[in-house]
Amino acid sequence: MNNVLDAKTGVKDTLPTVLGYVGIGTAFGIIAHTNGFSPLETFVMSLLVYTASGEFALVGMLPAGSSLFSIFAATNLLSARMLLMTMTLAPKFNDEKLIKNLWLGSLVTDETFALAITKLNYTKGKLSYEWLNAANLVAYAAWCLSSLLGALIGNVITDTKALGLDYAVVAMFLGLLYLQLITDQSVKIELQLVMIGVTMLLTYLGLIFLPSSMATIVVTVVACLVGMVIEYVFFK
Amino acid sequence: MSFSSKLLITFLVCGGGVSLLRILPFLILKKFCLPKWMVEFLQFVPIVIMTTLWFGSLFTARQGHLPKVDWQYLTATLPTLLMAYFTKSLMWIVVTGVASVALFRFF
Repeated sequence: MNNVLDAKTGVKDTLPTVLGYVGIGTAFGIIAHTNGFSPLETFVMSLLVYTASGEFALVGMLPAGSSLFSIFAATNLLSARMLLMTMTLAPKFNDEKLIKNLWLGSLVTDETFALAITKLNYTKGKLSYEWLNAANLVAYAAWCLSSLLGALIGNVITDTKALGLDYAVVAMFLGLLYLQLITDQSVKIELQLVMIGVTMLLTYLGLIFLPSSMATIVVTVVACLVGMVIEYVFFK
Repeated sequence: MSFSSKLLITFLVCGGGVSLLRILPFLILKKFCLPKWMVEFLQFVPIVIMTTLWFGSLFTARQGHLPKVDWQYLTATLPTLLMAYFTKSLMWIVVTGVASVALFRFF
């Protein structure tokens, strides 16, 4: 990564995440196929709903006869962290027109958020519409097309695991976490390391005690609150 | 290929909710500034989210029981981190992680 913020660099910076989208997207398409969704239905779902974890919940719940309300609740709880992510990103785009901001916001994902946060460390805290828009569009295309691909090959291939592609997204978050740790100057490295430990512990506890739809958002909110206390007590 | 209106409504309602979550901060923060405590809270969001999305993927949750660890994923952490340390390139990190897991499964 470098400090250039044009669209071309946005595409280039986002390419490593494409492998992750292909891995999860095809796996998702295959599951959608197994649960009775046609390729067209799967593709439109990815275009309109556009949230990996929420769509996995949706293709499980809809054929099982869940109500619209419970499907809505599950997909939105699973995506509730988006609110915190775009809250973190929004101040960087205060000088842009509102309509451009809404367009950027509506396509932000875990991946493009994490990329943008890492990018900030190379650009002295700046982001641009062109850069994030390019990153978002690459991610959107990658997700929608690979879920379509998965739905199309669903009756031929039932297991994509042999290629190890399911690990791509895990490796990506691990890599971005490492890059964040070594480049972010805004939070002290000792505090960042403590926060990684706290979050790992809370994530583990969350997996035991929380319903899977709520785990990520509850762990995130609690960990950030714990971080505020730790910073106040030990780092001030 | 049929496409029921019930399905389309479900997609639009769920997608609408998720979109609102994404754009609401852009709408509100255009007019208002964040209070100081909120800024202090949000500074932890990146590191916390990346940690929990990575670490949570290493386990399968079984509510009420201890999570089941995925040993292949856990072991792949080492080569992936080594590559991160030496190259600092996200593409190499992802490729190394995927290749490691593929190798573990092959043998």
